[in-house]
Amino acid sequence: MNIVVLVKQVPDTWAERKLSESDSTLDRESVDAVMNEIDEYAVEEALRLKEAHGGEVTVLTMGPEKATETIRKALSMGADKALHVSDPALHGSCAVQTAETLAAALRTVPHDLVVLGSESTDARLSVMAAMLSEALGLPQLSGARKVEVDGSTVTIERQTDTGFDRVQGSTPAVVSVVEKINEPRYPSFKGIMAAKKKPVTTMTVADLGLDPGTVGLANATSEVVEQTPRPPRQAGQIVKDEGDGGAKIAEFLAAQKLL
Amino acid sequence: MAAVLVLVEHAEGTVKKVTLELLTAARRLGDPVAVVVGTPGSAAPLVDKLGEYGATTVVTAESDDVATHLVTPAVAVLASLVASEAPAAVLLASSGEGKEIAARLSIRTRSGILTDAVGLEADGTATQSIFGGAVTVRSRVRTGTPIVTLRPNSVTPEAAPTQATTRSVDVTLDDAGRAATVLERVVEKKGSRPALADASIVVSGGRGLGSGDNFTLVEGLADSLGGAVGASRAATDAGWYPHQNQVGQTGVTVSPQLYVAVGISGAIQHRAGMQTSKTIIAVNKDPEAPIFELADFGVVGDLFQVVPQLTEEVGKRRS
Ligand SMILES: Cc1cc2nc3c(=O)[nH]c(=O)nc-3n(C[C@H](O)[C@H](O)[C@H](O)COP(=O)(O)OP(=O)(O)OC[C@H]3O[C@@H](n4cnc5c(N)ncnc54)[C@H](O)[C@@H]3O)c2cc1C
Repeated sequence: MNIVVLVKQVPDTWAERKLSESDSTLDRESVDAVMNEIDEYAVEEALRLKEAHGGEVTVLTMGPEKATETIRKALSMGADKALHVSDPALHGSCAVQTAETLAAALRTVPHDLVVLGSESTDARLSVMAAMLSEALGLPQLSGARKVEVDGSTVTIERQTDTGFDRVQGSTPAVVSVVEKINEPRYPSFKGIMAAKKKPVTTMTVADLGLDPGTVGLANATSEVVEQTPRPPRQAGQIVKDEGDGGAKIAEFLAAQKLL
Repeated sequence: MAAVLVLVEHAEGTVKKVTLELLTAARRLGDPVAVVVGTPGSAAPLVDKLGEYGATTVVTAESDDVATHLVTPAVAVLASLVASEAPAAVLLASSGEGKEIAARLSIRTRSGILTDAVGLEADGTATQSIFGGAVTVRSRVRTGTPIVTLRPNSVTPEAAPTQATTRSVDVTLDDAGRAATVLERVVEKKGSRPALADASIVVSGGRGLGSGDNFTLVEGLADSLGGAVGASRAATDAGWYPHQNQVGQTGVTVSPQLYVAVGISGAIQHRAGMQTSKTIIAVNKDPEAPIFELADFGVVGDLFQVVPQLTEEVGKRRS
């Protein structure tokens, strides 16, 4: 089974994140970058599926040069090879353009399953699985907390507000996972050493046959027109409990007409 | 006036509150057209309510396919309406499924998409709060039909009664639209509490609760207030409360009128999911806990003392 797992490098959420002053795109320079947390679960699930059913795991990412760190991490966890879509022309791409670019990249590699995390910690759109399914015409098996593969049939448990839906489709399929699905492994020393020798192919916009007039910030389908840092929140009222803390909250709520 | 399509969220014959918010926002942009996608018979009971909140037209799309296919039936219906009505915008709720429908529609119609909006202006410019609330941006769509998903509780629903005309359309699914099938829908817990994502009051508990059993304190307060129950990741990771109830960056994002944080320190990843709440109350024994930086009212004290007293007090004032 050929599994392609999508990963994304994001700014560390512990750091102070910003949009750049000049073009309101993500400021990637000023903060530490890490693999998007949920993507670790996606890599883990891809590896487990490979271990159970055989095949190969290819890592796919779109991002600047620096994203090779994230690729190496996925390879050191055990993925076999990687495809890195990297081109300055892609800077500032919106979600639609990103999905179109990733779909074009996926058309160049055999895939029975496309596995990704349900959401990134920077943009937080949770739209990529749906967009890729639409762009590629594949079954959308999104929000999975459990994945089962039986021959060409893929069944997931899709987490809902009240429980789960069992959803099924045939390969090739797009599967996005939530963090409840597994416990990602740490790369072993051996894995880290082996990752250095694994093949990473870089592809540009031209390699993918995309029209340069459709990608990047200048052609994005949406734009940020203004950004403002959060105004300092008005200091609230903090009281020490003197045995009447609960009653004090109730009083406050009543004064705010919340009771 | 151009039409503004509003995808209706509904369950068991009632329109969800977020849809009334969407209709209210839609009136600023144009002529609200409510689109109901559901199984046969599900649309009729909704029409009056939609008219009461200003929908001039209710488009009903009923099919058994809606029960067996997620997302794609609504995408098919909206895509054909985008083609026939040339709407000024398409508005959906920022729920998990709402965002997925918006996502597929944006690819199919090659249109820009703005998710998790907390405000919407007459020209379609949306306000979004990003990086855990650290930055507010105003964004607009440049290509195609603006597709905007709005967070629940961002707009106060206002009635504007009209006599809605109803018209029905077919749900036409192609092979790709049928590629994924729902085998069954399993309800693990069916509580009487409101759903977390669009509740107007949320009470969340964290590691300070000390055990799963102690979550009855949080539930008791939530019930007295008529709110939903949330939890920090420390609490869901410990297995004290279901993962579905996790609030934060990797959980649900909530934006209620009132958020009560009990025994939660207020880590940035938690704040990312509740920062835009209108009023925030915190109970924590540590005066240095970062949650107090956000709180409109905070009590430094032992939650095991403060919460039961609050629950009792709310009960008294409500009765
Ligand atoms: C990538 C990533 C994603 C994450 N996503 C999320 C997310 O979605 N949601 C989330 O919540 N977290 C998330 N986290 C975890 C987050 O960083 C914190 O670890 C977590 O929110 C802490 O939960 P807590 O506040 O319940 O626990 P703690 O930080 O341990 O705080 C417990 C608080 O309870 C107080 N307390 C203890 N006993 C009492 C008492 N008797 N009375 C009153 N107060 C008491 C303590 O003073 C303390 O402030 C994420 C982390 C990472 C790295």
